[in-house]
Formats: sequence, C-alpha cells, structure tokens
Amino acid sequence: MADVERDEISGTDTTGHEWDGIKELNTPLPRWWILTFYATIVWALGYVILYPALPLIDSATGGLLGYSSRAELAAELTQAKAAQAQYLDRIASASPAEIRADQDLLQFAIAGGRSAFSINCAPCHGAGAQGAAGYPNLNDDDWLWGGSLDEIYATLKNGIRAPHNDDTRDSIMPAFGTDEVLEKAQIADVTNFVLALSGKDHDSAAAQRGAEVFADNCAACHGEKGTGNKEFGAPSLADAIWLYGQDAAAIGAQISSPKHGVMPAWAGRLDDTVIKQLTVYVHSLGGGQ
Amino acid sequence: MASIDGKPETVDRVEVEAVNREETRELYARRVKIFPKRARGTYRTVKWWVMAVTLGLYYLLPWVRWDRGLYAPDQAVLVDLAHRRFYFFFIEIWPQEFYYVAGLLIMAGVGLFLVTSILGRAWCGYTCPQTVWVDLFLVVERFIEGDRSARIRLERAPWTLSKIGKLIAKHLIWLVIAVGTGGAWIFYFADAPWLAGALFSGEAPMVAYSTVGILTATTYIFAGFMREQVCIYMCPWPRIQAAMFDENTLLVTYNDWRGEPRSRHQMSQPGDFGDCVDCNQCVVVCPMGIDIRDGQQLECITCALCIDACNTVMEKFGRPRGLISYTTLTDYTERAAGKQAKLNWHEVVRPRTIIYTALWAIAGLAMLAVLAMRDRLDINVLHDRNPLFVQLSDGGVRNGYTVKVLNMVQQPRDFVLSLDGLEGGLLSVAGSDEAPARSTILRVDADKVRSVRVFVSAPGGVAAGGRADFRFVVKDRASEETAAREAVFHAAGGRK
Repeated sequence: MADVERDEISGTDTTGHEWDGIKELNTPLPRWWILTFYATIVWALGYVILYPALPLIDSATGGLLGYSSRAELAAELTQAKAAQAQYLDRIASASPAEIRADQDLLQFAIAGGRSAFSINCAPCHGAGAQGAAGYPNLNDDDWLWGGSLDEIYATLKNGIRAPHNDDTRDSIMPAFGTDEVLEKAQIADVTNFVLALSGKDHDSAAAQRGAEVFADNCAACHGEKGTGNKEFGAPSLADAIWLYGQDAAAIGAQISSPKHGVMPAWAGRLDDTVIKQLTVYVHSLGGGQ
Repeated sequence: MASIDGKPETVDRVEVEAVNREETRELYARRVKIFPKRARGTYRTVKWWVMAVTLGLYYLLPWVRWDRGLYAPDQAVLVDLAHRRFYFFFIEIWPQEFYYVAGLLIMAGVGLFLVTSILGRAWCGYTCPQTVWVDLFLVVERFIEGDRSARIRLERAPWTLSKIGKLIAKHLIWLVIAVGTGGAWIFYFADAPWLAGALFSGEAPMVAYSTVGILTATTYIFAGFMREQVCIYMCPWPRIQAAMFDENTLLVTYNDWRGEPRSRHQMSQPGDFGDCVDCNQCVVVCPMGIDIRDGQQLECITCALCIDACNTVMEKFGRPRGLISYTTLTDYTERAAGKQAKLNWHEVVRPRTIIYTALWAIAGLAMLAVLAMRDRLDINVLHDRNPLFVQLSDGGVRNGYTVKVLNMVQQPRDFVLSLDGLEGGLLSVAGSDEAPARSTILRVDADKVRSVRVFVSAPGGVAAGGRADFRFVVKDRASEETAAREAVFHAAGGRK
C-alpha cells in the first residue's frame, strides 16, 4: 500500500486505475453498510442450516429445526378445531330447538350456518337466501314443506325429490295439459280461478267455471280455498308469494306442465352438526316458525 | 471598550472547533463526537426541574388509580386497545370520539407554534423527549467518566481494564434506563400493576415484550449514540421552525455588538476589545456542539446552556451578564445601534401570538363544550343489502336491519327501541318470541354496544316509489335520554 496515490484536490486515495489521465477515487462503501452486508450473509448461512432452503429433485433440505409451514398450518387447524369442539360437541347432542334456546350455541350455529350456507346453498338460493324463480326465498314466511326448526331440519337432511333417499320430501303435481287431463279451456278457466284466489285481475266468468275444475282436480292437495298443504309441499295459491311467477301465462304453464324443484339430501354429504347449524341459520333469517 | 481589568483570570480557555461552522460547511458532514461540558446556572436549573417533572409524569402516571365503579378499569390514564376505550381520569372516550385526540393534536400543534413564536425552540431545548433523555444519559456518562476533558482523555486513552470497566458500567446503566423507558410505555396500555407482575413472571403478551424491546433499542441508540444527529437529520421541526420566528421572538442570541472584537488579550494590555474573551465555554457546553457566536443556525435547540456558561465567565471577569442572552431581533438591533432597549410587552403580545392563543383557546373551548354536551347514548342502523326487502305471504313487506345501541355509561340500562314514522310498520327483534309491535325493550350492558337484528314489516307494503323514510328511536327508560337514526324502508318498485 506504500504507493497509493492521493488526489490533491479531494484529499482522497485513488484506486490506481486511470483512463486518459482521469484517475478513479477510492471511496469505499461505509463500514456500517459493509458490516450489515456481512451480517446478512452470516444470517443466510444460519438460515440455510436451520430452515428448509435448498431445493432437491422432489423435495428440499429439511433444516435442523424441522420447520414446515404445512405442519404449522395443520397445527393451527387442529387448534381451531379444538377451540370449536366445545360448541360442536354440544350441538351434536342437542336438537335444533335446544340450540336456539342457548345464546352461545345460537351465535355459534348462526355464524357456522352462514358459512356453510354460502358454500352449499347459495348457488341455488342466493347469497342472501333471497331465492330466484323456481328456488324459494328462505327469508319469507311462506314454506312449501314447513318452516319450523324440525321441518327445516328434515328438509335439509333428506332433501326434496332427492334421488336415492327414501325419506325425501316427494310429491308430483300431475301435468294437466301435457297429459291431457284437462281441456285447454278448462286450464284457462282454472287459471282465472287461481288468479282470483289471491285477488288478482281475472275474468270472473271464467273463474266461476274454473271453481268447479279446481274443486275436482286441485283442492285435494292445494285445499278447498287454495291455502296449500305442507304435507305434500303443495304451495298456497292464496298468498302473495309465487315460486314460478304470478301472471296468467306462468300459472297456466305450471298447471299444464308443472315444474318441480329438487333439492339434494344433505345427510351424508354434510356432517349432522353442520346441518343443524344450517337449520338454525335458515330459521333465523326471519321466516322461521 | 475597556480592557479586562480587576480580577485575575480564572477561566479555562478551550481550543475547540464547533461542528458545522459556516466556513467549513460541506454537503457531507462527517460526524464529530461531542463531549458536552456540564453547565451551571439559571437555565440549567430550569432544565433539571423540567427533566424531573416530565420524567416523573412519564414513569408515574400509569400507576395513578381512579375509581370508576364496577364496570371499568381503575387506572387513571389507560389506552385500552383490546376493548377500544381510552380513559383519562373522569373522561372516557370511545373509538368514534377519536376527534378529541385530533383536537388535542391540533391544540398541541398550535401550542407549539405559540411557544415557538414567543420563546423560539423552547420545546426542543427543554421538553422534547430526545433532549430530556440525552440529558439523563449525559448525567450517567458524567457520573462514570467525568466531565468533558476527562471524557475526551478516556476516549483517546488506550484500552485498559479501567476504561473497559467504565464503559461497561455506563452502557449497563444506559440499558437499565432504556428498558425502564420502554417498560413504562406499555403500562399506559394495560393495568399497570398486573402487567408489571406479568412482565417479570414471563406471562405478559408477546407484544408487550416486543414493544419494550423496540423502545429500549430506540432509547439506547437515540439518547446514547445518535443524540444531536436525531435533531439535525431525523427531526422535521428544525426545518419548520424558521417560519415561526420573527423579529420579536426571544432567541438565544450572541450580542456581538458587545462581544466583538473577541480577544484573548492580557488584562493589562490596552486596546479596544469586546467583552468576549474567546474562552469557547459556550461551545463546549453545547449539546449540539455548535458555536452560538456564528448566529442562529438550524442545529441550535435553544437549550440556553451557553447563556449559563457565558454568564459564569462574565461574572468572573466582573462584566455584566447577558453577553449571550434570550433577546429579540428588535432589541438586538436597537442595542447594537447603541440605544437602550428593554423587552417590551408588545413584543410578546403581538398579532401572531394573539392569533395563536385564540386558535388554541377556540380548539380547547370547543372540545370542552363538546365534551360537556356529548351524548352517552347512540344508535347506528345498517340496512340489509341482500335481500333488500322480503315479500311476505300476506302481501306485506319486511325489511331487515342491524341496529346497534351504544350504552356509553358505566351502568346497564334498559332502552325502548321504537319506530318513528312508517305508518302501520311493526318491529321485532330476531330471535325474540315477542309479537311484532311499534316498540320493544332492549337491555344493554354497562359500557357496551348491543347489536340486534331487527325486522320491520309493513303489512300493506309502502306507497309508490318503493321506499319510505323513517327513524329508529332509542330512549332510556329511566332518564328519557334519546337518540335517533334515519333509516329507509324498501319495497318492490323501488329498484330500476
């Protein structure tokens, strides 16, 4: 280092590199920066030894600490499950009514039910359980198969017209038109009668003719006054809620060639505790009876 | 000016270069280590007292108790982040009342402007935590290593056992103070006696330990090593302060009209000399390491220790005090021109300070008024978005709301929740088996928010347009205290 040349003007050593008489000053990085840099290297070495770091062909070095983010996640999930277990155990042995009566369980079940609903039920019934044409709104007070806790529970477990389930809710409305049970004129008459049941605009002469048709063909399930029958999932025709539409065309089409909703049976697909939580959640939406 | 006469010269003259002198100022300033000498005098005494009061407040305040009854903590000053409450003696603040804190910050800001426009950087010189803790660390440093010259000697001395021992002792005490500083901070956020026990038994939450760790590090590094660098390079205040000064601000000023030409002449030597004997005592006591005789500069925190140092010297020479003094530019100019000038009241009471005082007082009074009249009951309403409304089988329409009733007193209360408007509308609380009615009774626990789902049904729907405005009203059954919130009822036809 004896022949290090010092630049006169700046008072800084030069590196000895020179281009066309221009000499490079030696201004090294600050020592704290260099030390920090070395510290990161030391840190990296320690990290490689302690933690998974070097990729192998189908795995990676494990590291002395045996750390694994996957194992950490599994531990956290186990922990979360254990935290929920105290509620889930009680829900498993309680009826939906007992769950609703217990504030703690109710809160837990509503939260859990909401979560299970958005995964399993929302595709048909909507994120807010508001339903759609052909898919019932679960917020309202009109229930095809009953809106009590036990009835909702039964519907959830066994489904509606669910294949491969002997306990499922099942009923078929005859296709009065396509099966030629009724004449077209009769269907038009009974359509007017149904319109009249809920006080909609209708042809009163046709409705009077339709009354007889209704009594002969429909009243067995829908009731003499059209108020429906939850035994058969027969909807009330005298209220303001219509699953498949409330104008003459939609009602006529439903008489002529009825559509039938199908809901899966959730027993076997979902854990019984989840079905109970769903029951309580759906019941809490405002229409529960 | 007359030559220095009378008393024998007993003042140490020090050869010292002030940092960042104008003549040698460069874009890159290498740090020069500063060894501030102990000063004695009026301002040093004031600073001791300020230090005692501020540190005393900081360390002791969390331990003051304040009884609030059964339902609230009994710590006088507590920031309860977990429960989102802030307690300050008889005042309790909920998160939505955070504007009080904003108001306090405004008052602190305007107050800072006010003090700065009158007294210069009094905040920096006396009360800033950086100044106070550097002062405290310097006390330790002086106690172990001695005063300035001893410290310089020690710095240059070879590494001996004695030097290593002194350094270890100093840093240990610094670390203890730093840990104590971080430790005191967290007591503002939890019950202090409980947390103190938990800290030592290792049961305190991790965030407590990490906070103590971070504040220990910042205290140790800022007050032990970075010191004046924090003020010069990290703090924005020195860059703003110049806008707060004017010609009537009392600033630490070297009265060069009296001091110059400075001289180190013999006492017997005749000639026209100023009062400054060029002893550099003002430089060596300066914690920022500057020379006040260079005039106002960004580094000066106006701690006034140079005034103390200079006064001591002037007394020894039988000269009047105040060669360096708190002086306004106006007075300085007059005196420099040979006139008599005393600090005049209208130099302090001037439009700038009047406006600052007025702003400060308005903010304070407004906060007091709001505080005195604030409600301890509130209601929030959130309308269901999906579904917006529900068609009922009887032709009616139902809307769902999340209603939150805020009971902000330390007693459980019963409230009547009712509908105002929406003719024929009935409400019911989800989960309750009561029949829908115009009103219902809600019990809310002390100092709690109760959130309920409320269904409102209008049997006949609503008029054309598909929406109706109404209000939820909540009323304390005992005191009649009332709060209300606007709400909207939707029905079919409201959406396009």
